[in-house]
Amino acid sequence: MTTNETKLTKKDFTSDREVRWCPGCGDYAILATVQSLLADIGARPEKTVFISGIGCSSRFPYYMDTYGFHTIHGRAPTVATGLAITRPDLDIWVVTGDGDGLSIGGNHLMHPLRRNVNLNILLFNNEIYGLTKGQYSPTSPLGSVHKSTPMGSLDRPVNPVSLALGAEATYVARSIDTDRQHLSGGLRGAYEHRGTSFVEIYQNCNIFNDGAFAALREKGQKEHNQIRLVPGEPITFGPEGERAVIAEQDGSLRIVPTEEAGERVVVHDPTRVEPTTAFALSRLAPSPTGPTPMGVFREVDRPVYDDELRKQVASARERYGEGDLVELLEGGNVWDVL
Amino acid sequence: MSGPSTAEPERIQLSSAVVRFAGDSGDGMQLTGDRFTTQTALAGNDLATLPDFPAEIRAPAGTLAGVSSFQLHFSDQDIHTPGDAPDVLVAMNPAALQKHLSALKPGGIVIVNTDAFTDRNLQKAGYEESPLHDGTMTDYQLHEVPVTGLTLRALERHIEEGALNKKEAERCKNMLALGLVSWMYSRPIAETEEWLEDKFSSKPEIADANVTALRAGWNYGNTTEAFAFTYEVKAAQLTPGRYRNITGNQAMAYGLIAASVRSGLPLFYGSYPITPASDILHELAKLKHFGAATYQAEDEIAAMGSVIGAAFGGHLAVTASSGPGIALKAEAMGLAMITELPMVVIDVQRGGPSTGLPTKTEQSDLFQLLYGRNGEAPIPVIAASSPADCFDAAIEAARIALTYRPPVALLSDGYLANSAEPWRLPAVDALPALDQAFAFTTEPNQQDGGFAPYLRDEDTLARPWALPGTPGLEHRLGGIEKEEGSGHISYDPANHHAQTAMRYARLERIGAQLPPLEVIDPSGEAEVLVLGWGSTKGPLQAACHELRARGRKGARVHLRHLAPLHPDLDDLLRSYRVVVCPENNMGQLAMLLRARTLVDVKTHNRVTGQPFASDELVEVIERMGWGEQT
Repeated sequence: MTTNETKLTKKDFTSDREVRWCPGCGDYAILATVQSLLADIGARPEKTVFISGIGCSSRFPYYMDTYGFHTIHGRAPTVATGLAITRPDLDIWVVTGDGDGLSIGGNHLMHPLRRNVNLNILLFNNEIYGLTKGQYSPTSPLGSVHKSTPMGSLDRPVNPVSLALGAEATYVARSIDTDRQHLSGGLRGAYEHRGTSFVEIYQNCNIFNDGAFAALREKGQKEHNQIRLVPGEPITFGPEGERAVIAEQDGSLRIVPTEEAGERVVVHDPTRVEPTTAFALSRLAPSPTGPTPMGVFREVDRPVYDDELRKQVASARERYGEGDLVELLEGGNVWDVL
Repeated sequence: MSGPSTAEPERIQLSSAVVRFAGDSGDGMQLTGDRFTTQTALAGNDLATLPDFPAEIRAPAGTLAGVSSFQLHFSDQDIHTPGDAPDVLVAMNPAALQKHLSALKPGGIVIVNTDAFTDRNLQKAGYEESPLHDGTMTDYQLHEVPVTGLTLRALERHIEEGALNKKEAERCKNMLALGLVSWMYSRPIAETEEWLEDKFSSKPEIADANVTALRAGWNYGNTTEAFAFTYEVKAAQLTPGRYRNITGNQAMAYGLIAASVRSGLPLFYGSYPITPASDILHELAKLKHFGAATYQAEDEIAAMGSVIGAAFGGHLAVTASSGPGIALKAEAMGLAMITELPMVVIDVQRGGPSTGLPTKTEQSDLFQLLYGRNGEAPIPVIAASSPADCFDAAIEAARIALTYRPPVALLSDGYLANSAEPWRLPAVDALPALDQAFAFTTEPNQQDGGFAPYLRDEDTLARPWALPGTPGLEHRLGGIEKEEGSGHISYDPANHHAQTAMRYARLERIGAQLPPLEVIDPSGEAEVLVLGWGSTKGPLQAACHELRARGRKGARVHLRHLAPLHPDLDDLLRSYRVVVCPENNMGQLAMLLRARTLVDVKTHNRVTGQPFASDELVEVIERMGWGEQT
């Protein structure tokens, strides 16, 4: 995090490049939210780096007037990790998508999460491959009919939040492109968290997968389906709070009418060290077509990989003194030839 | 003359000797060879080593597949190779004898551990009956030594006192063998005693047992009269200076640290474990007090990505792998090339293709590094030529990277990685001042106060290196084609062609600024040029030396830079009647030279997993024309 020097505005984070997403794409809303948020929280453009992979979402860095790196497919976390290790002074954001981050880059996504590298990872989930023009993705629902799956997709989708929690990520949140206030909250939390923050953002692809998140986006539906997670509050939802989340004997969670829940309503606590309840919450919604938890699932403190690595370097210097090249070369057995 | 019971063995002066230790992977042959090497280095000889071990950590005991060996060539002269045929073979079991006897010089000495010549072991080695008495050994000087039994007897007290059990005692047999060979070659063992005491400082009983076995081996030689001769190889007349022994991987790690110190940039080393490159990571992980951050990535691609990130962050960024790992890094290397960030990618080549021969050596990744990326993605490629040369090569790779800002490929190989040689330590202050090679850009470079990340330096054609954190220089990098100057995404056809040409021009600029090629031709009248690159330098040097000793004339040149090729090369190659290029691949550099110069370069290619023997090269070079001259 950097200090607030002169107050900047959204414009200071907006590059002079023409934005080239399809008209109506959810990415526009996310971009605007991020640009405003960075100004609000006093981030500095020169200390901010956006690193992306390949895909529609990964064009994001070009539109930010910060440092940026549009890398290769699936590998953004690897470049970001190298930068984070060498530069503790930077705020590093990784922008990825469901194809980039969960398919070709699935392996690389897991490792910063478990290492807890100081990164903010934003996964724009639109349940489709957009840039390659409409193939199903690892988050597309089973049976999805798209160009490469005319008879329906056969593989079970992955739930990004479950995956992040399974890797014991220390900050895990979910939000949606159109809800600026909610998204800002989740991103602000990510910015303030030291370690890897993971934010899944439901993002509508109006060209190849329009309406995938209608249950959570559209008036008349979203009031019934968004389960807003508020720390310290019992988890209830619905226009009148008429539904509630309770815990079962086996550790799983279930939705019941609030009036039946009584004392059994789960009180949301993202700071629980054990990720079990957070994971159970993520399993409430196999796909975002019904009641779906939104907000911060988990937020815990744990040593940060790159901090610890730098500490090892510092403690080695304390222990052995600043490295001396002559001493190094002459270490071991030397002999003189006269 | 004294009677036989008090006879001192006669000491024979030799100019050089080649000793090969061979045994089961679990017999500690690599360690035995390492210790004999150190003792030999301290005796002042020039030396070269060749470790050879199976890829399996513990191949089935007693089998041919499980044999591990270590060869050492030492001399009172300047030498360049680990030697062709050994003078002495120490065979700790029948499989070791079976595998290595044919390599031995006729009349050579064989020391066998007779205790290991059991029916079962003979059978595993493919012997129907013991080769020790069926005439197989007629042409050799056979010494039958019950190495295991002698070790157990020497350690009787240790076993009785419960300091170690029989199995642990047996494990000291390699030290007994080392003691015996040390006695034969008049090598002092005091240093190894100290080393053992230090290595096993937390287990003094193990240290004591090993020292006891070592001394028992020495004393066995000294008292049994089984050996009529001992040998002495006097110290070599090396160039004055301070020396140490060093392997290629260790020299590589030290070279990277030196590059970090001399550039003032902290080292970032991101890599994924792979044979035979992992020792560089192990070495650097111990050197954090130099400010070096080592990062074991989740895979080869992640390692490559991490160095791109670290280079963007302003560190001296380095990764290393071997052929299969470099294949995985290829796409990210293309990104490094187009984003023009300085870094070093080391390939410690091994036998290929695919998984190939992980612990063996080969030079077959040259084309992979030159061309193994999508699109036109030229990068500089250089090669180290001896274990100690890995130090200089690492600094040269860093120099090119920091000056011109490409990813630089640095080729080593399995032979260089694990072999050792004496190294005359360089004066640290005389190492290249890499801090002069670059400066971070801190100010806008446009009239209007803007920053154009692809505006190039006229001399080097390098683009600015502007680090995140620098106010006013915010810019975006990426793998999409750039517009010259601004670095913005560009799909303009003419721009793409111009950028591609620029990337080649930048590469050629590196070549144009190199010092002249060093051609070795003592006679000045040679008509034949022997040309090589990488680890063939030692065998080529030895072969040319031998031919010159026979009164033949010839020239030799060894290439450090494979891309760009030295601009003098065209004229040089055309000025000889014959050009010969032996390689441990199927003719990769030769093909390149033919394509570039249209000179009919002669080839000699072998991929056996082993370096060339100098005898073989003498024969080849003679046949190619060097022999015709007088």
